[in-house]
Amino acid sequence: MDNARKEWLLNTAIALALFAVPLWALLADEPFIITTATRIAILAIAAVGLNIALGLGGMVSFGHALYLGIGGYVAGIAAHHAFSGTTVLGLPGTNQMLPIWAIAMILSGTIAGIVGALSIRTSGIFFIMITLAFAQMGFFFTLSWPAYGGEDGLPIFVRNQFPGLNTARPWEFFLLSYGVLLAALAIFAMLRAARFGAALMAIRQNPDRAAAVGISPFGIKLVAFILSGMITGLAGAMMADLTRFVSPAMMAWTMSGELIVIIILGGVGRLFGPVAGAAILVCFEVLFGGLTEHWKLWLGLVLLAVVLFARGGLIGLLAGRAQHG
Amino acid sequence: MAETVLELRGLSKAFGALKATDNVSLTLKKGEIHALIGPNGAGKSTLMRLVSGKLTPDAGEVWLGGAEITGLSVARRARAGLGRSFQVSSLIPDYSALRNVMLALQARQGHSYRFLMPVMRDRALRESARAILERVGLGPRASVEAAVLSHGERRLLEIAVALALAPRCFLLDEPMAGLGSEGTARLVSFLRELKQEAPILLIEHDMDAVFQLADRISVLVYGRIIASGSTAEIRADPQVRAVYLGEETTA
Repeated sequence: MDNARKEWLLNTAIALALFAVPLWALLADEPFIITTATRIAILAIAAVGLNIALGLGGMVSFGHALYLGIGGYVAGIAAHHAFSGTTVLGLPGTNQMLPIWAIAMILSGTIAGIVGALSIRTSGIFFIMITLAFAQMGFFFTLSWPAYGGEDGLPIFVRNQFPGLNTARPWEFFLLSYGVLLAALAIFAMLRAARFGAALMAIRQNPDRAAAVGISPFGIKLVAFILSGMITGLAGAMMADLTRFVSPAMMAWTMSGELIVIIILGGVGRLFGPVAGAAILVCFEVLFGGLTEHWKLWLGLVLLAVVLFARGGLIGLLAGRAQHG
Repeated sequence: MAETVLELRGLSKAFGALKATDNVSLTLKKGEIHALIGPNGAGKSTLMRLVSGKLTPDAGEVWLGGAEITGLSVARRARAGLGRSFQVSSLIPDYSALRNVMLALQARQGHSYRFLMPVMRDRALRESARAILERVGLGPRASVEAAVLSHGERRLLEIAVALALAPRCFLLDEPMAGLGSEGTARLVSFLRELKQEAPILLIEHDMDAVFQLADRISVLVYGRIIASGSTAEIRADPQVRAVYLGEETTA
């Protein structure tokens, strides 16, 4: 069996498991497990976004929590004004997810465009530091923004709504998150297979060669970075609705690190890498977080083992090297 | 007189006190191979980078097909019709030979901002890439990753990628480097055909190949062109013999 087929089967198995486990939890009346699966799905969406920049484009953004936070605050602020019946910038608040998502994606895409335009010409440690610096700016800005809770954060009293669903029910909100995850994965797969992806992955491997055939690295990488920020921003809005709470912690550098860890655990640049990685991370937290508060130590050891012995992450370990045809 | 395709006018580039390129002017005319030779450290690679756009000259101009391209980036020069190969094979390592050529074709056809259609389902693109690989003799190796190809095959793939750009002129940086005598002989006859399509500015260490192939030769020493002319003229030039060919024969 060739690697591409193995990977396809593995992806299908992961997708089915992520659906079957909460379905079983629904029947067994275990809402906590449904919520846990929802968290995996939303974290995976955020990581799919980062995987475009990091996996396909080789841009190690250490500031993707910024877009997660932007999405989160868009959801929180919109819900806050809808709840209190006040306006923001002359606009009424809303408790509808669709407009919230649209604003979250536009805003995070815009900020990603600015960050990308200033950082993409650099590489290595400089790129990492510039992206980190912007995320820290967002972190400290929200920390000192009393109108929306400052360091205390901002609660969302009632989960925002989606047409045709009762999002307050864990199972229905899971279905929504799962659907968005599948859509994000489809977009990732489509980008990767298209001319855009061919150019982007070529630039990651050899920018001089890409330029010598006439592909300007800057524009392609910038567009990838913007798309990446938009998807992570969307995940932020959903994350806020999951926890019904936004706080500056969403933009903390540890959150950016967590997204990178997810991708490394699952497999950099692999379609289902973010899903596998998010599942590993969240399961670790749930299973060992109850036993010991030092669960991150054990996660660190797993990460070390992956980096040393299984560079391709879980997907690479089980399905072999990626094939580009 | 054949039409001039590529022209360098008074190119200069200094790194600190070192004049790596010193007032270099040369032309490349339709249908010819113009070889650039010179001892190690003569500034051949710097000149190549100035022409390809990797470096910006301190002074001078680069003209391609009657338009100045001095201010253009590497990518825009490639789109303007400069097809270069690298001295050390520089390919997309994880891509198969076919995808390396497809990337060049995709870039030549237009922009890469297409997000929907899978590139591997683009039959026209795939078939054109395959035809180019057949032409350089890499047809049977189309699906092998560039990183896995042999050294000689990578040299051929470099040429195939340049071919895919259908450029106005080729800029070949030591295409024979590391090829065996058989590979060199095959490439010599291939380049002789290729120059009918687009003229070639050839940097090459292999003197036999240069004297077999070149219509004109320029000799670069310490960043300056000390002699330029037909093969026979360069062979006979006493200055060239002293600084360059003499060294080679005694080495």
